[in-house]
Amino acid sequence: MKQLMKGNNALAEAAVRAGCRLFAGYPITPQSEILEYLSWRLPQAGGEFVQTESELAGINMIIGGAAAGQRVMTSSSGPGFSLKQEGISYLASIELPAVIVDVARFGIGLGDVTVGQGDYFQTTKGGGHGGYFIPVYAPSSIQENADFVVKAFETAEKYRTPVIVLSDASIGQMCGSVELPEQQYPKRDRFDWALGADGDRPPMGRKMTDRMYTDFAYEEYVPHICSRYNEMKENEQLWEEVQAEDAEVLLVSYGISSRICKEAVKIGRSLGLKLGLIRPMTVWPFPVKAFRKYNGKVKGYLAVEMIPIPQMIEDVYLAAHGAAPVYAMPTGREIASSEDIIENVKAILNGTKEVY
Amino acid sequence: MSTILLQPQNCKSCGYCIRACRQNALFFSEETNTNGYHMVDIEKEKCIGCGMCYTVCPDYVFSFGEVG
Amino acid sequence: MTKNIPALISGSNSFCPGCGHGIIIRLIAEVLDEMGIKQQDAICALAVGCACLLNNTLKVDRLGCPHGRAGAGASGIKRCRPDKLVFTYQGDGDAISIGFSETVYAAQRNEKITAIIVNNGVFGMTGGQASPTTLIGQKTATTVNGRTAEFNGMPVDIMDHLRPVPSAAYLARGSVHDAKSILKTKQYIRRAFETQISGSGYSCVEILSPCPTNWHMDPVTAADRIASEVIAAYPLGEIKTGGAAS
Repeated sequence: MKQLMKGNNALAEAAVRAGCRLFAGYPITPQSEILEYLSWRLPQAGGEFVQTESELAGINMIIGGAAAGQRVMTSSSGPGFSLKQEGISYLASIELPAVIVDVARFGIGLGDVTVGQGDYFQTTKGGGHGGYFIPVYAPSSIQENADFVVKAFETAEKYRTPVIVLSDASIGQMCGSVELPEQQYPKRDRFDWALGADGDRPPMGRKMTDRMYTDFAYEEYVPHICSRYNEMKENEQLWEEVQAEDAEVLLVSYGISSRICKEAVKIGRSLGLKLGLIRPMTVWPFPVKAFRKYNGKVKGYLAVEMIPIPQMIEDVYLAAHGAAPVYAMPTGREIASSEDIIENVKAILNGTKEVY
Repeated sequence: MSTILLQPQNCKSCGYCIRACRQNALFFSEETNTNGYHMVDIEKEKCIGCGMCYTVCPDYVFSFGEVG
Repeated sequence: MTKNIPALISGSNSFCPGCGHGIIIRLIAEVLDEMGIKQQDAICALAVGCACLLNNTLKVDRLGCPHGRAGAGASGIKRCRPDKLVFTYQGDGDAISIGFSETVYAAQRNEKITAIIVNNGVFGMTGGQASPTTLIGQKTATTVNGRTAEFNGMPVDIMDHLRPVPSAAYLARGSVHDAKSILKTKQYIRRAFETQISGSGYSCVEILSPCPTNWHMDPVTAADRIASEVIAAYPLGEIKTGGAAS
């Protein structure tokens, strides 16, 4: 049954239905509806809601809940998300499943509460210290806000890794219809690694600390962590293609910008332009498999992002692997317009647009 | 009566036990353990099994076993 | 009186000679043992700093939290596993400097956890820099001429900040510089754990502990310094009992 919901609320309700046991977070626009919704809904469903004194306390409470083997989530935006990065690095280091939501807003520093796509690097490139990668889902609709949060919990547990849902202010704030997921009831003691959970223990008890130098010799750690990352890269790439098969120019765009790109493809096709779209649904791992199909065939990739200095384009550049030129279309504070996209595509085709 | 047992390998020569022992039964050995510390040693006949050494020892050197 | 190393102690520790941590960890193990709390029923949220060396010694489930965040980590564990005894094990740098907010807010939110804060007045693992609890006049790696109120501010008494919190149900300050204080400190730990189990509120035991290495003293002199100098600034005893105010 479809329901009319706000994007942030749909994400929050989906988290409840995924069996989220603990949410700990702090208000920040444009994410606050997640906090507000869960403040009453999660206790109603038997979970724990904590409005923490800071984002730091939020992510660290999540580390505790994750170590206890429960489905846990925190959410924030921009500056608040930056504060969570240390904790995300710890989650990656301890190898704990958890979901962290970034409802991206615009700009550096305080920035602004309006929509933006400037958190690409800080979510996909291991924004915390030390060098790690974690899966990042990039919803482009209210439905995906709901679907990806469930997927995020599953992926987190499959690989024992934190997972980010990189939503944005537009998708979080818009209202629309959504088919909500089924209610899950994860068993409390289902992981034999979790603190306090039933099952045999090593003589010293279960230890959750930095695995890099405590559980392994470093020589064993390196292949362990590399094989995990390779497995995720191999198995977890998700993307959508729109009329890509015969395209001369492929737009590449995620989140709010990708919605405009879809429209631009439709308009472009009506004008006789062979235009298509690759929409990454995971931005880590980046869907390089999609690009492998079109490298050498297309006349160019056009990366459309809502940011003054493009970020995702660097992954497009790597995915193109030198086999197709890559073009940038950073749209700054404005959401892309179909007209501008079409103009850019025409410029690529007539050779007047500068290669990135 | 309980008898004192020593794990001198754990000793780090802090001397807390020697000061706490009212019987003056404890002293540092001339020998060192494998960590290089002069380990605590005991004149067993002086020990009354009060457990003060156990209480103040940070390194789990002392325990007491029942004999008889 | 306990005179046998409790089963939850691994048999050795990796602290410096004369460090109080070894005693405090043993007291925790003794209390768990005497209360009949098994390995799988106690969970420790660990600090960054010397306190994290508990990892090598205490045989309960444990989580290494980011620096200062054990109060939040323990809260997250307890909220997910209210059936377990959950305690933090932190130094003064972790709990009172970088983690001041997490420490006080865990009490403020009435988290049913026990904070065990080992106060030795310095950042031990990083080489003896001043901590919030460094005494006036005390020389450290970052107060080379001694701490002054003018340049460094007055020492922080964490109990001053926890005492007024209505949901702080049990607060005590012990010490491990002599046998009598050690036995009292053990009582405080037990009462704090009992407070948690009874559900009556947040509990915290701060424990004065010698750091001979960074105080540049032999262990016995360091223990004497607690008696002669430190207790005057941080008086011992039960600071709050009887459960959270309703």
